[in-house]
Amino acid sequence: MDSDKEQLEQETLPLSLSLSLRPEWSDVKPIPQDDGPNPVVEIAYKQDFRETMDYFRAIYSAKELSPRALQLTREAILLNPGNYTIKTLKIGKCDSENGEAVTPKTFMNVWHFRRQILEALDANLLEELDFVGCIAKDNSKNYQIWHHRRWVAQKLGTSATSKELDFTRKILSLDAKNYHAWSHRQWVLQALGGWEDELDYCQQLLEEDIYNNSAWNQRYFVITRSPFLGGLEAMRDSEVSYTVEAIMSNPDNESPWRYLRGLYKNDTESWINDPKVSSVCLKVLNAKSNHVFALSMLLDLLCHGFQPSQDFREAIDALTSDSAPIDSDLAKAICDVLQRVDMMRANYWIWRKSKLTPVA
Amino acid sequence: MESSSRITVTQREQSMVMNDVKMMYEIYTSVPPKTQRLMMELQRDNHMEYLLRGLQQLGPSFCVLDANRPWICYWILHSIALLGQSVDAALEDRTIDFLSRCQGPDGGYAGGPGQANFNCETFFYFHAPQRCCSTALFIFYQMPHLATTYAAVNALITLGSDKSLLSIDRGKMYTFLKHMKDPSGAFRMHDEGEIDVRACYTAISVASMLNILDDDLVRNVGNYILSCQTYEGGIAGEPGSEAHGGYTFCGLATMILINEVNRLDLAALIDWVVFRQGVEGGFQGRANKLVDGCYSFWQGGVFALLQRFHSIIGERLTQSGPGEAEYHIDSPEPTPESDISEGKESSDGTSSEGDEACHFQPGGSQNAPCPVNFDNVGFVSSEGLAEREPLFHSIALQRYILLCSQDPGGGLKDKPRKSRDYYHTCYCLSGLSVCQYSWLKDEDASPLPRAVLGPHSNLLEPIHPIFNVVLDRYHEAHEFFSRSLRKSS
Repeated sequence: MDSDKEQLEQETLPLSLSLSLRPEWSDVKPIPQDDGPNPVVEIAYKQDFRETMDYFRAIYSAKELSPRALQLTREAILLNPGNYTIKTLKIGKCDSENGEAVTPKTFMNVWHFRRQILEALDANLLEELDFVGCIAKDNSKNYQIWHHRRWVAQKLGTSATSKELDFTRKILSLDAKNYHAWSHRQWVLQALGGWEDELDYCQQLLEEDIYNNSAWNQRYFVITRSPFLGGLEAMRDSEVSYTVEAIMSNPDNESPWRYLRGLYKNDTESWINDPKVSSVCLKVLNAKSNHVFALSMLLDLLCHGFQPSQDFREAIDALTSDSAPIDSDLAKAICDVLQRVDMMRANYWIWRKSKLTPVA
Repeated sequence: MESSSRITVTQREQSMVMNDVKMMYEIYTSVPPKTQRLMMELQRDNHMEYLLRGLQQLGPSFCVLDANRPWICYWILHSIALLGQSVDAALEDRTIDFLSRCQGPDGGYAGGPGQANFNCETFFYFHAPQRCCSTALFIFYQMPHLATTYAAVNALITLGSDKSLLSIDRGKMYTFLKHMKDPSGAFRMHDEGEIDVRACYTAISVASMLNILDDDLVRNVGNYILSCQTYEGGIAGEPGSEAHGGYTFCGLATMILINEVNRLDLAALIDWVVFRQGVEGGFQGRANKLVDGCYSFWQGGVFALLQRFHSIIGERLTQSGPGEAEYHIDSPEPTPESDISEGKESSDGTSSEGDEACHFQPGGSQNAPCPVNFDNVGFVSSEGLAEREPLFHSIALQRYILLCSQDPGGGLKDKPRKSRDYYHTCYCLSGLSVCQYSWLKDEDASPLPRAVLGPHSNLLEPIHPIFNVVLDRYHEAHEFFSRSLRKSS
């Protein structure tokens, strides 16, 4: 059976040949789905989809953990119900041009059963990674595929590390914010290692797109969790400098502002007292454009006891319309400005103002 | 100040979407008032037609959703309920029958019918059937999954009849949920499946709806959710991941249900969510991502949750005074002293709302009692807190939903240039309902005319924001399951 399997792996497999016509399946009686007499959300299945699933039900019910069962799960996964054209699948070479080979979105039990078969057959899991890779590229938002990949990589252990990092890198080069790919990558780093170049990778992605919030998030993940970097406090100084620079070049970019705040997580005292934080706010305020995030951060600083110098008061003063006198309470004045310039969130700023602790 | 001259991918995509949205709004302002009224009108008839068609029959392209059929049921039925309609008795029976076929022999619901008809010949060929009911020779070949379980339960509650509610095997459901519970406290999506915040929400939501939530199910799930709140303020799917609208809703709703919401940094969470509403008026799912109509519910619903189940937003906007309503950014309130299992959601279903302590009241605030009272969603206070404006821009969001997410031919969608689907129809309408009722002081009141954008016919049914089922269906189900004890498991 193993050689059969290999043959199947290597040859070009015509998907059009009905399972009922294949001699190797002649002993199996397909089991139709029982939707009941009057089902709702009834799907008009294409014939090959229906047939493959009928055979799948048969082997699944029989718990047949065999090479042909493995092959059948492969066919089920590769079935392309949305785009029904007779095509051949070049197994082993499956690049993005072959983008029509889309798998159905879930098929959870197909994947689950496939794992049981892989285990029972002691199958080559590196090949399995390649197979999943082909599918994931066109279905990169499918939970099942990533879950399956995680299972395979876990089985392979550290021998899969670089492959997994390369793979997620490839997916992220197509969609730099793919949630599943990031999640998988974080799992790889934590479970299998490979932290060494991760900060550089974040750096590279942020150079390509400084607005990529996923890359900022990954950066935070690395500086807080990498075993090589010494943790948040050790990294803070250099990270603050990097972030301040990013803010100064794009003050409208929310990501570094949130990152900056994150660098002082659980250390409000340092945040309030670090002149680098307040001064970046002041600089952006003085530039008088794209200053919503600067105002917002200054408001938070004040709420936590930051003592503003006259410079801050003047900067806010300059942003206040001439007619309205500035509130003597700087935090309130900031809320007033935000209510005016950030209209989408006007109610929020009114609420923030209402929540301010009165000046003693 | 240096400015970067190169346009990044994020900026390019954002500007394309902004142009599309701007164009929609410009068209709107340029047409005569009569056309404007039409554009701003919820096309109820067309939506109904689209929904009913899908409930009957779906085209071959839906094979991709083959393992999500309970979801399609829920998206469609909930949308219909939001429109104030219901399906006829025959269709209701068919739905109950179909979903019963998805219910697993060990509890929970799979993505499709799990039973196949067996004749004896087939039966004997297969030497080792996994499960067999000897009388009918049935084998269950689908695996129950928490997400489809949540969808099926919500669909059945939306149908609402006794027959529908009785079709849920609560005893086995409890067993299934216990089976999905990981020793860490979090939940897995399915047997050997992934652990994430979605799994926690769907498990706790289902247990709470069915009145089978107990200490064992609750234990440590709060720790997991807490570990998923990120430095940005929102909640991620797993620890370390990026803050995300869907998971933020799921995480917050879970924490409310288990009565541990004050462990979250709510100030940071709110600050993160308000910034997800973009210039388009709609919400994005993550920072620097594109607007998408479905986040009208996932992000908009966060405000409904906090407004109704937490007094952090419960006070009058303009109110402040010594000793009350202090703004704690980094010092969330201590965990409530009382555990939820002693209150409303206990498994014996005997406690009444009168037993409830006022869990979510921040220290010192005297004027905004806000108990977790799921029976009186929307009822906030007797202190005349009328016209509390929501913290997000409700009108801007409604405008986005009606003009940019609505397919006039029926169905709703992500954004201009996208096509409609049942998922977006469900969550855009849910978000629209959240907007329309976001001013309300109590659930019995009708929304203020100015809270509803467009003609009054746009008004949808109110939802229960934790479970996202229409409110009166929630009440009926809640009463039903409060009466009946959990079957022994």
